[in-house]
Amino acid sequence: MSLALRIIPRLDIKGPNLVKGVHLEGLRVLGKPESFAKFYYEQGADELFYQDVVASLYGRNSLQDIVSKMAKEIFIPLTVGGGIRSIDDISCILRAGADKVAINTSAIKDPELISLASDAFGASTIVVGIEAIKQPNGDYIAFTDNGRNSTNKEAISWAKEVEQLGAGEIILTCVDQEGSGKGFDLDLIKKVIDSVSIPVVAHGGAGNMQHVLDLTSKISVSGVAISSLFHYDYILHNRCIDGYEEGNIDFLKSNRILSNIESASIAKLKSFLLRNNSLVRKI
Amino acid sequence: MKSPYKIAIIDYQMSNMFSIKNALNALGFESEITSSRSKILSCDGAILPGVGSFPEAMKHIKSLNLDESINGFINTGKPFMGICLGYQLLFEKSEEVENTYGLGIMSGEVKKIPKKNKETKVPHVGWNNVKRNTLLNGVQNIGPLKAFNDDDYFYFVHSYYVHPGNDNDIYM
Repeated sequence: MSLALRIIPRLDIKGPNLVKGVHLEGLRVLGKPESFAKFYYEQGADELFYQDVVASLYGRNSLQDIVSKMAKEIFIPLTVGGGIRSIDDISCILRAGADKVAINTSAIKDPELISLASDAFGASTIVVGIEAIKQPNGDYIAFTDNGRNSTNKEAISWAKEVEQLGAGEIILTCVDQEGSGKGFDLDLIKKVIDSVSIPVVAHGGAGNMQHVLDLTSKISVSGVAISSLFHYDYILHNRCIDGYEEGNIDFLKSNRILSNIESASIAKLKSFLLRNNSLVRKI
Repeated sequence: MKSPYKIAIIDYQMSNMFSIKNALNALGFESEITSSRSKILSCDGAILPGVGSFPEAMKHIKSLNLDESINGFINTGKPFMGICLGYQLLFEKSEEVENTYGLGIMSGEVKKIPKKNKETKVPHVGWNNVKRNTLLNGVQNIGPLKAFNDDDYFYFVHSYYVHPGNDNDIYM
């Protein structure tokens, strides 16, 4: 048995658009999520992670349409998060073609939702998202609503709690690192992994391929969720800004990428990791 | 390429049935998501999908009388495939959530994956290889999995595994 490290493009969705922020904020429109997703599937992504970044803020869930469209041509597992509040929401999103669901805000407001969902759909279908922000005293606090609202949950004990409640997986976002291209917060990721026995996917901070290797060569993460690195690579190859009327498209028009992100394709990252003895699934 | 065969995707109202339908479409198979006994039996093949917990699934299957339809279909000798939980349901019982009887079509039971050490993560999630069971003489090269190699990857997402009751039922 040799379980491969999962390379998971993360697509943040706002309305019909793929967006990307820094520290989960200041969202820029990058394009149509469908086109990015198809490209990533063909490039050898191991899973896709879709997050509706404003769903819990506005109490809506617009991902369902996108998910059912996507599931027709993409045959890798889809995890979908954002605005999932009930067993019915989970049923709907699974019926639309998702394979797993990710819950954050509702899990904190109503931890029993995790147990109910786990008993109904099986632990392995239920992913809990933890968005952690480092405090001046060094503690990590779990935030909700895409890093906007603080809670009274300390991130590492919350990770243990969600495992006890029946979560099958954790996707851990280091909000301080997210979108910054500064590298992963190895300290936080290691603390969470050491405190639970369910798989942990790390998200937030990859600015280049070496950052990913720095993480995977030292810490046994089950997967890495990556946005900027892949999104900017896609844009460099498939620039298309026509037809966008909603959201901030100045960035797309500006024809530049963030200077601290060295974009890379999934295929290139996988070859790099394989050359450096990190086991990934070859295509 | 269009296949002449039609596949029933058995609907017990809790699975990722549309993933299966989309995959069959892409492979050129006509398919129907259904819980009707006559529709299931009229198809050339049937798939029992599975996302969910064992007790919930059995509850749904019984309330829709699907246990009888599944048995009926398998008795026709036409190809039948259980995927993930849909495969586990074919066995006698499972310890997921609480001890629950399954369809009992195959001998064996479903158990929680034991944690061998700190590195073993349960659920088992991700792409992994499948190794052929070299202790099984002569049967490795028959059955639906004969086309796969030892280094091919399959996606896993589960906390439970099947402990078969009868070695002769194992094809790989």
